[in-house]
Amino acid sequence: MEFDFYLSTIWSVLKALPLTLEIWFFGIAFGLVIATGLTWLRASGYKLGEYFTRAYVFVFRGSPLLVQLYLIYFGLSQFDFVRHSPILWPILRDPMYCTIVAMALNTAAYESEIFRGALRAVPVGQIEAAKAFGMSAFTRFRLVTLPIALRLALPAYSTEIILMTKATALASVVTIMEMMGTAQKIQHDTFRPIEVLTCAGVIYLLLNLSIARLFAWVEYRLSPHLRPPPEQNQLAKPVPEVL
Amino acid sequence: MEFLNDLKDQASTAYELLAAGWGVQLLWGIAWTLAVTVVSMLIGATLGSLVAAAKLSHRGGLRFIGESYTTVFRGEPELLIIYLFYYGGTQVLTGVARSTGSIGSTDILNMPSFLGGVLAVGIISGAYQAEVFRGSFLAIHRGELEAARAYGMSAWLRFRLVIMPQVLRLAVPGLGNVWQLTIKDSALISVTGVAELMLTANKAARSTHHSLLFYTLAGILYLVMTSISTPIFDRAERYTSRSFTRPK
Repeated sequence: MEFDFYLSTIWSVLKALPLTLEIWFFGIAFGLVIATGLTWLRASGYKLGEYFTRAYVFVFRGSPLLVQLYLIYFGLSQFDFVRHSPILWPILRDPMYCTIVAMALNTAAYESEIFRGALRAVPVGQIEAAKAFGMSAFTRFRLVTLPIALRLALPAYSTEIILMTKATALASVVTIMEMMGTAQKIQHDTFRPIEVLTCAGVIYLLLNLSIARLFAWVEYRLSPHLRPPPEQNQLAKPVPEVL
Repeated sequence: MEFLNDLKDQASTAYELLAAGWGVQLLWGIAWTLAVTVVSMLIGATLGSLVAAAKLSHRGGLRFIGESYTTVFRGEPELLIIYLFYYGGTQVLTGVARSTGSIGSTDILNMPSFLGGVLAVGIISGAYQAEVFRGSFLAIHRGELEAARAYGMSAWLRFRLVIMPQVLRLAVPGLGNVWQLTIKDSALISVTGVAELMLTANKAARSTHHSLLFYTLAGILYLVMTSISTPIFDRAERYTSRSFTRPK
């Protein structure tokens, strides 16, 4: 009886996992696009671009995501031109799209700071060497700056991705039945919040742990130069130690 | 043009609405948000230092508990933890009260929403603070601890005279970050019905149908709170590291 209850709860919450992953994926994907734009604007050297990105980062990092979500979902529909726009209205009246927009805008602020830091952390000597080789600015960026910066940004980026997984739960407050929303519903139906929320919590934790493992693996693969050299006459381990 | 007209309308009604009493309500909201944040930070500091000590312990069991605490409470959605403490607390309280017969078998004893929210946010904050304290402890020079031991200081004396002053100094920037996180997390406890800034803005938006106005105001007020705390923590950092800077 008890066991059945846990099993059915986990199963119902798991059925909402695809929706959570959908919000998560699109939030991150659009966020990455916006963040790339912001980083480019910041690094381009235009004063106006710098002021804009500074203001953007200040606003989106300084206020809670919940406020941003409410502002986008409830607030923007106050404008008549939003309600009459054939492009904006279908997006902004749908809570699902609103969550994705809010998450993307929010994560872009954090990610652009991560990327800015990573770009600045690229050793100057490497860039100078590339210049001395006569590489064009684009080749230099493609072959030297970008690969090093991406590797440097990875640990902070993985933290941001995990924060995004946690943020998908906010979709439940604007009526989306993703994992958190489903757990809420079961909890209200059965009045057993501790059991239900623990089941949902286990799923969220496993999800986040696997994301963390995945990033640890990517990091391991991308930093062979930091690992100690393999012993002589010894076969390489089939599975990296981080796993 | 339509956009500008809309904006003008909003601005003219904004003053009326705020003067009609919502302004005072929002100020109370700020007070509650700050109260929630401060109490949560204190709960978090207590738990965080204990968990940091556990994570640095030589005993495997304690280390495991510390690791699990920080993994779980940093890996779960904040909303889930808040629901767990609020609704879970109600479940436990009701169960206990029903079994002792202090309420009828169909009555429900609700978790006080402030207590539930503060516990949840405090425990999340504690997970982040534990990492801050652990990092600060690891930044203390080993030689100083060895020197203190060589002087024959007891563990308590070492903690009081060598470890704690330095951990506090090194932890200030990290605690500033956690403070900002906690302010933002405190907005989530509006779901349990604590009348802090977010819930006040919500109520105002629903009852006046001016959601844009009130959510923008709430956003601005959160920005003010987070940006005011930056110079305060900078000051605290200067104060705590005053013995490490050259006098002018």
